[in-house]
Amino acid sequence: MPAPRPLLDAKAMERTLKRMADQIVELYGGGDRPLVLVGIQRRGVQLANRLARIIKEHEGLDVPQGALDITLYRDDLQTVGPRPLVGATDVPWQLEGSNCVIVDDVLYTGRTVRAALDELADFGRPARIALAVLVDRGGRELPIQPDIVGKTVDVPRGGRVDVQVVELDGTDGVTVQGGATA
Amino acid sequence: MSPVLGKDLLDLESLSAEQLRLILDTAEPFKAISERAIKKVPVLRGKTIVNLFYENSTRTRTSFEFAEKRLSADTVNIAVAASSIAKGETLVDTARNLEAMRIDMVVIRHPASGAPRFLAQRIESNVVNAGDGTHEHPTQGLLDLLTLRDKCGRLEGLKVCIVGDVMHSRVARSNIWGLRKLGAEVAVCGPRSLLPAAIESLGVHHVFARVEQAIEWADALNVLRLQLERMQAGYIPSLREYNRVFGVSRARLERAPKDLVILHPGPINRGVEIDSDVADGPHSVILDQVTNGVAVRMAVLYLLAGGRPELATAAQGGDSR
Repeated sequence: MPAPRPLLDAKAMERTLKRMADQIVELYGGGDRPLVLVGIQRRGVQLANRLARIIKEHEGLDVPQGALDITLYRDDLQTVGPRPLVGATDVPWQLEGSNCVIVDDVLYTGRTVRAALDELADFGRPARIALAVLVDRGGRELPIQPDIVGKTVDVPRGGRVDVQVVELDGTDGVTVQGGATA
Repeated sequence: MSPVLGKDLLDLESLSAEQLRLILDTAEPFKAISERAIKKVPVLRGKTIVNLFYENSTRTRTSFEFAEKRLSADTVNIAVAASSIAKGETLVDTARNLEAMRIDMVVIRHPASGAPRFLAQRIESNVVNAGDGTHEHPTQGLLDLLTLRDKCGRLEGLKVCIVGDVMHSRVARSNIWGLRKLGAEVAVCGPRSLLPAAIESLGVHHVFARVEQAIEWADALNVLRLQLERMQAGYIPSLREYNRVFGVSRARLERAPKDLVILHPGPINRGVEIDSDVADGPHSVILDQVTNGVAVRMAVLYLLAGGRPELATAAQGGDSR
């Protein structure tokens, strides 16, 4: 496999997140329903955190955040085996009746999002659920589409998209491995 | 390569330190599920688990059943008195009949040491030992480890003394194996008549004849239940004398150089092996043990249900998002 090539560097990632934050506020921030961001463990949590910070800086809006570890809602225990539970699940109490935006780093098959929707339903009933992803790499196996996308890139099966965040990896950026067309 | 558990959980003696840590680390996030409004995750949906209890048990059976239900498994309880086992059916025949109904797991408690292993070698389903004879009670050992790790922040170097009827106690054996593998120092304390003849061969650091010595040495005491029939069998002269010499009382604990964490696997004989003001006191973690029991059993069931490496050929790391 060829060496990973950069898709977004730290600057471009920052710009992309700013644009996503603006879109989140524009589409879901108005009205009397609270806006809630829920990140999917792991890197979705840091990205949700980042988006909430940008929204606070630009709009002065405090957005409650949560985290979902969807491991126990996956559909592949039998084929893949048990995975370690990497992070906490912690859903803010404002979820009920909210505009809830699920945040993840990469959207691929859609199975993680399916699991996240199931898990979220066990915590409450948002008025509306939207999906924001930093990278949409194509390859869906379920009828699931994002509402807000940072960057779209076509990466075939076998390729990899890796998102790095300062909090966990010491640096920001997105790299792609395997034949890709932007 | 992360460690896996394999098909069965039969004892702690045969587990590695990595496998023990895997179970404890997995149990930690499972605790939060029991605190949710909807105390259920779908991970074992469609799995059928039989709780096959050849001895009476309320706490352990209920704890397993809650663990199974909170993972969305379907469960059936079989109590021996009300089953065809009472008509003379053998253990293997019972299990094979259950397997013919397409079950996935058996949780078994049996008065004969080794019965779970015997069964595990003869059926396809996962087998979990819920206590066998005087051999082991691995999930009790695990919940004790989890509780101690929570309360003391570590197991490495922790001094734990097991007090009471070590000879007949499967809880004691699972504790000794588990604690030693994770680096704790283990001592035992009890009347010589209730300690196994070759107790030193289990690798315990001290054998205390007096509970005062145990209290002075230990960071935590695991106080065992004194089965009342031990008195009839002549192991101890009387319950009152046992309490006078080995009972864990507040007066004795107050003379200790530090506060001790007090564990007890239950059910408690108040005023025999432990006094009420200790069992209900600020350093007792007896009810934490019960809470942790559900989480640890959820972790074991989760790891066993998916932990068949031969079935996990499609494992590709975390790239199926």
